[in-house]
Amino acid sequence: MSKHDEHDDRNKKPSRPTSGFSRRGFIRSAGVTSGALGGAVLVEEEAQAAQSGGGVGPGAVPITLNINGRDQKLSVEPRVTLLDACRNQLDLTGAKRVCDRATCGACTMIVNGKVVYSCTVLAIDAQGKRIQTIEGIAVNGKPHAVSQAFVAHDGQQCGYCTPGFVMASKGFLDRNPNPTEDQVLNGLGGNLCRCGTYMGVRKAVLEAAKAMRGGKNG
Amino acid sequence: MQAFEYANPTTVKDAVGMLSAQWGEADVLAGGTDLLSLMKEYTHTPKRVVNIKGIKELGGIQKTSSGLRIGAVVTLDELATNAAVRSEYPSLVQAALGVTSPQIRNMGTVGGDLCQRPRCWYFRQGFGILGQDKNGKSLVQTGENRFHAIFPQAPAFYVNPSSLAPALIALGARVTITGPNGSRELSVEKLFVVPKTNKDRELALAANEILTAINLPPAKGIKNATYEVRQKQALDWPLTTASVALKMKGSTVTSASIVLGHVGPAPVQAKQAEAMLAGKALTPDLAADAGKAAANGAQPMSGTAYKVQLVRTAVKRALLEAMKQRA
Repeated sequence: MSKHDEHDDRNKKPSRPTSGFSRRGFIRSAGVTSGALGGAVLVEEEAQAAQSGGGVGPGAVPITLNINGRDQKLSVEPRVTLLDACRNQLDLTGAKRVCDRATCGACTMIVNGKVVYSCTVLAIDAQGKRIQTIEGIAVNGKPHAVSQAFVAHDGQQCGYCTPGFVMASKGFLDRNPNPTEDQVLNGLGGNLCRCGTYMGVRKAVLEAAKAMRGGKNG
Repeated sequence: MQAFEYANPTTVKDAVGMLSAQWGEADVLAGGTDLLSLMKEYTHTPKRVVNIKGIKELGGIQKTSSGLRIGAVVTLDELATNAAVRSEYPSLVQAALGVTSPQIRNMGTVGGDLCQRPRCWYFRQGFGILGQDKNGKSLVQTGENRFHAIFPQAPAFYVNPSSLAPALIALGARVTITGPNGSRELSVEKLFVVPKTNKDRELALAANEILTAINLPPAKGIKNATYEVRQKQALDWPLTTASVALKMKGSTVTSASIVLGHVGPAPVQAKQAEAMLAGKALTPDLAADAGKAAANGAQPMSGTAYKVQLVRTAVKRALLEAMKQRA
């Protein structure tokens, strides 16, 4: 494992192409229009290339992500995950990188209304989709009903799994507004808590369901 | 993971053209739930990743003259909530719901479920599909093998990882595969092949072919069910799965199909158990006997003896589940 330490591929915060000395800006000003670098000259050309002929990358590619209702422009290598793009470039650190293998649920986000593991979605593949993170679920400046219920029912201990659990719970309740306890159990099957707060989480989700049905912050 | 070029074609033809005739050069990305983990472990280090989710013709579930066509990038969630699938193919719904994480069901696709690589930890840690040391000796046989085969096909001791394959095989499903020379059809059973060397693949796919659809024959009047055993109720890999499909005449089974998952390098057809049911009325006693017959011939390794009992129980319970259905 040491050979491929998990931190070796964390994308570095790239210098944004606003600087006059960015690679792209340099290529443009140097007037390179053909040869090996030709395809990388224009941003628009790159975006289209991925659709038809060849691909984009492996270097950084400009992309736009719609996160919590706002379009965000950033530049990522195709190998960067949605989770890493949010955490390392957009200062959205609520979703946590725990297993990084689509198992623990700490990175859960809601994409086009469905819960996903953001550690296992490529950022470039999340373009054109509605992405919701834990930072974007407050209602009118107040914590979402699910967040409130987690506090009220001790749905967390160390708290590391909590943002993922809250997002998974919200995604579950959006599709199952009136669940039984068994349905809650199955509906949260994709999230793990090593502290063992499951009892509190279950109570919180059932309580949040009531609050959301009553139109409170949900 | 290693840096790669990313392509997002909109037609199957373009996608096939972006793949390579050599394994290892390019990988197909659908749900990504397996591929991204493989790349993070450097088990796969493709130079190009071809996303096929943007290809419209690979989506959707349609009724056809010969049954149901399920596009390769249909997610497990779409499969499990589809009305046509739910009405005729409960075994497939049960198999999809056995993937107990809503996140995986929302991301993972039916094509990806069939094409995912084995979970064998020797393979995942870089010892090849057969999990061998430098001298070609099996690390599985002498090492940690509690999640491995009881129906091995030497030199392969891993188990097929697909959740849907047992149900699809029991139902007689076929897959459509498209490559540079056009499309071909194959039974799901024939999709899985057993590698002889560490260089071989476990699927009857060429490196530049894409699994594009699953075709299910009608199952009206065929009782079918899947029973999966896991260590946890929540997200976990199946230890053993049994899928059954029973053609009935009144209360008599005219012919039975019983397929076991996660016990061998390919799903295992339990022929003795199938023969035992033909022409008989299904009773709990007969279901238990069929379960015992299904485990006949098992060759457990040091850590897999428990799976023999899991096979007996899974087959019995799948049959009892199917029995409950109205014909």
